[in-house]
Amino acid sequence: MNNSVKMPPSAGKAAVEQEIRRRSRRSFLLAGAAALAGLGGWRWLISRPTEAGVPWPLRRVLEANRQLSAEYFSHAHLAPVFANQRARMPRTNGSAGMQSALDPAAWRLRVRGFAPQGSPASSQEFTLADIQALPKVEMVTELKCIEGWSTIVHWGGARLADFVARYPLATRSGTLSQSAEKNDLASYVGLATPDGGYYVGLDMASALHPQTLLCYEMNGQPLTEKHGAPLRLVLPVKYGIKYLKRIGTIAFTNQRPADYWAERGYDWDAGH
Amino acid sequence: MKKLVEKHPLAIRWFHWVNFPVLALMIWSGILIYWANDVYRVGWGDTTLLQFFPQSFYDAFHVDHKLAQGMSWHFVLMWVFALNGLLYVGYTLISGEWRELVPNRGSFASAWRTILHDLGIRKESLPVHKFNGVQQIAYTSVVLMGAGSLLTGLAIYKPTQLAWLTTALGGYEWARAEHFILTIGYVLFFVVHIAQVVRAGWNNFRAMVAGFEVVEVPAPAPAPLQPTTSPDSSVNAS
Repeated sequence: MNNSVKMPPSAGKAAVEQEIRRRSRRSFLLAGAAALAGLGGWRWLISRPTEAGVPWPLRRVLEANRQLSAEYFSHAHLAPVFANQRARMPRTNGSAGMQSALDPAAWRLRVRGFAPQGSPASSQEFTLADIQALPKVEMVTELKCIEGWSTIVHWGGARLADFVARYPLATRSGTLSQSAEKNDLASYVGLATPDGGYYVGLDMASALHPQTLLCYEMNGQPLTEKHGAPLRLVLPVKYGIKYLKRIGTIAFTNQRPADYWAERGYDWDAGH
Repeated sequence: MKKLVEKHPLAIRWFHWVNFPVLALMIWSGILIYWANDVYRVGWGDTTLLQFFPQSFYDAFHVDHKLAQGMSWHFVLMWVFALNGLLYVGYTLISGEWRELVPNRGSFASAWRTILHDLGIRKESLPVHKFNGVQQIAYTSVVLMGAGSLLTGLAIYKPTQLAWLTTALGGYEWARAEHFILTIGYVLFFVVHIAQVVRAGWNNFRAMVAGFEVVEVPAPAPAPLQPTTSPDSSVNAS
């Protein structure tokens, strides 16, 4: 400061002007370079080969999000339940896998038991009466569509967990017990419509969640054909895209099952 | 004569400019998500003043049927948005910069004078501070809005796992509406912000890039009649 006072005013002014130019030039060049680098990074990102419908770097982050949720969140968390009078009929938002007419009398639920490499494959067929013989669970939860709308619905059905306990098709040993070794239980469940036109995959923890139902009643009435008669999946811990209608087959497996919407760029997990 | 005065620290400038493309992409991907259930409007009964959004808007920007793409970008960039915001808040707290930004007792009176001045109602010039009352209120509000976006966003991202949060915000549908309204708030902030930056001129804009502002100071005395006794006094005088 004292130096500038001793300088002739003109020299000081020139020095200040020079400093302004020098710092401006440096900063704007750096800002320009940063903007170009950002633009380059963006173009690189959007041009990457896709993995399950989105550029792979994005898919990796989404997969990390899923892992973080799986590590951090508990599968014991229950979805909120609501008063029964708030229940409404949700819109029917899709008919994939239900193009053919339903023949309720001929309908059977076909379940493929867990059969890791080498072990014999088992499979079993069930009628709706078999499912209805399991303890009936009623709950009023919010169906959340991945599109962003939601409807509170009163569901009635049997827990998938109770089904698995009663018919131990999900384990290698054929029994479902706490003491069984860890890899005795299948890691995934795949469900599909009878014609295979719509299919969803679930992680076992979500499948065995206490609010995951094999549902045969909505708002006190038997399922209508449009809402997935005779049996549909309901699991409030995931988006509606996983609520498979007209269940035809259930398969327990260690390979992550194919999923209709995951093949179209959506999150395979679709949990929330 | 002119003098350089440091205005915005380097870190603040980075946080500010990183936020610009990230928030733009968050809004863009948010619109792709919103399209799938575009139920919001301003109006009453059968009268709609403003539709979010008109078909022409979707057509012009090719918004339709990109829900999955929108979600994928939204749930990746949310990390950058959150991290950048947290670093910004952390930096202002540790550096003490928050004292310039958080409104104080005088801010609201100062804000009123500034608004009257900017509207041309009051003519006398405003006292010069780094941030006036309007800026303090606006910049603090937008940071709180950012926190609001994170919270409402989490509430609709994980409504089962964070059911307590979703319920506290009024449920799933309300949380989604709040998330949307906050975004409209950013757009309004942006419009006013740009208008004010244009108004304030180059010197102010350059400070957000290069960090310094040029101020006019009285020319130094023609000749030092007496040597300055304390170097500090001259600094303070300038």
